[in-house]
Amino acid sequence: MALSTVLETPGAGFNFENAARNVALQGLLDGAQTPKPLKTGTTIAGVVFKDGVVLGADTRATSSEVVADKMCAKIHYISPNIYCCGAGTAADTEKTTDLLSSNLSIFSLNSGRNPRVVMAVNILQDMLYRYHGQIGANLILGGVDCSGNHLYTVGPYGSVNKVPYLAMGSGDLAALGILEDGFKHNLELEEAKELVRSSIHAGIMSDLGSGNNIDICVITKKGVDYIRPYQESEYKDKRNIKYRYRPGTTPVLTEKVIALKLEVVQEAVQKMDTA
Amino acid sequence: MHYEAVCKGGASTGYFVYTTRRKRIYKRNSRGLRSQLKDSVPVAGLCPQGAYGVQDSLRSGFTSVKNELLPSHPLELSEKNFQLNQDKVNFSTLRNIQGLHAPLKLQMEYRAARQVMAVRPIDSPFPLTFLFLYSPLSVLMKGASVFQIQRLPFLPSSNLALDTLRGSDECIGFEDILCDPGQSEVMGEPHMMVEYKLGL
Repeated sequence: MALSTVLETPGAGFNFENAARNVALQGLLDGAQTPKPLKTGTTIAGVVFKDGVVLGADTRATSSEVVADKMCAKIHYISPNIYCCGAGTAADTEKTTDLLSSNLSIFSLNSGRNPRVVMAVNILQDMLYRYHGQIGANLILGGVDCSGNHLYTVGPYGSVNKVPYLAMGSGDLAALGILEDGFKHNLELEEAKELVRSSIHAGIMSDLGSGNNIDICVITKKGVDYIRPYQESEYKDKRNIKYRYRPGTTPVLTEKVIALKLEVVQEAVQKMDTA
Repeated sequence: MHYEAVCKGGASTGYFVYTTRRKRIYKRNSRGLRSQLKDSVPVAGLCPQGAYGVQDSLRSGFTSVKNELLPSHPLELSEKNFQLNQDKVNFSTLRNIQGLHAPLKLQMEYRAARQVMAVRPIDSPFPLTFLFLYSPLSVLMKGASVFQIQRLPFLPSSNLALDTLRGSDECIGFEDILCDPGQSEVMGEPHMMVEYKLGL
């Protein structure tokens, strides 16, 4: 009979049981790579203007050399007054921003206030430092709260930077060039949107990992304007998700009706119990 | 190991002595990096996991002494000890700010709220927080062993009291989403687990 064992329930949270197996597999496969996680080779940018913050992002998600998602949403909702752009591993940015959003909504339900951007930054910093960079999330947080308009960046190891304009991702060098050239304090809304758009555009043109459309998110005291897409790529194809045709699209050539003669063989009536 | 702490109770004026004895934990038939609660040093298991005491090659791969001794992932140890280290830091900060009594009281409440090993598993009829809010501490100390929240070891526990004490009922993290012990697909054998807990 098999030996009964005293079960040590695995703790909640991350389970590292497969780490040794993965290392062994990689050794065995001998040159062939283990499947790569979906990265968002990205250009994301943010600018603080007179009345708030403008965030911009491209929409391409790559998986090594293949474009995995052409309409990826990289600007994530954190709270009604805070949005976050994410670069790095797609799953990591999604999950991290989801957790952050949940934590902040618990807080606002408890206290009845809108969360501040510093709170989001602190929570993220603690979380990312705890995992020592294994969670590959480069995030740009932008929001408007009672203390003003803020733009922060959080790196995968938990480093935080507070800046008036910012670009991250693989296309950040090109985008930063445009931002450095065009940024002024107290920009107007249209100027800020145009600046972010051109910086993301520069990132798309110069970087293979960024492309397709540009999304813009404007956060002000009055509310949030999430424009998706702000600018569509010229190379958009005509493929649809659903192909629905109106009745009458195909012309009818001939029509022939044959009556089906049925013989009643047996008839049985059963009373329905309608109590 | 013996713990002894002598200090004044909160509302009452008497002294009380709080002692506990930690049982030696032998991990029978289980392997891997199981840190003792107090130490952060990994203790290697000696028995391989699987039926008939033989290494389960299909599930866990070939045997390797390195795998048993060293963590396979850089985060494994730090994650295992994370909550403990956080508690240590918090308690030492609390001690520095408010004095020795504050962390002692909290630790006592933590112990009572956890699924601890006790001589008599008795289900408490009163909610724990009610007791701590309205009873003087000295009464609680004498009656602590009776009012400990207990569940049989193979049953899942929501750890509600522990969560409330820690403040983690207002936070959500990866430990709430991944590997939820309430949804675990395996269950320990009841008889073995209870015998192990009671040290029989």
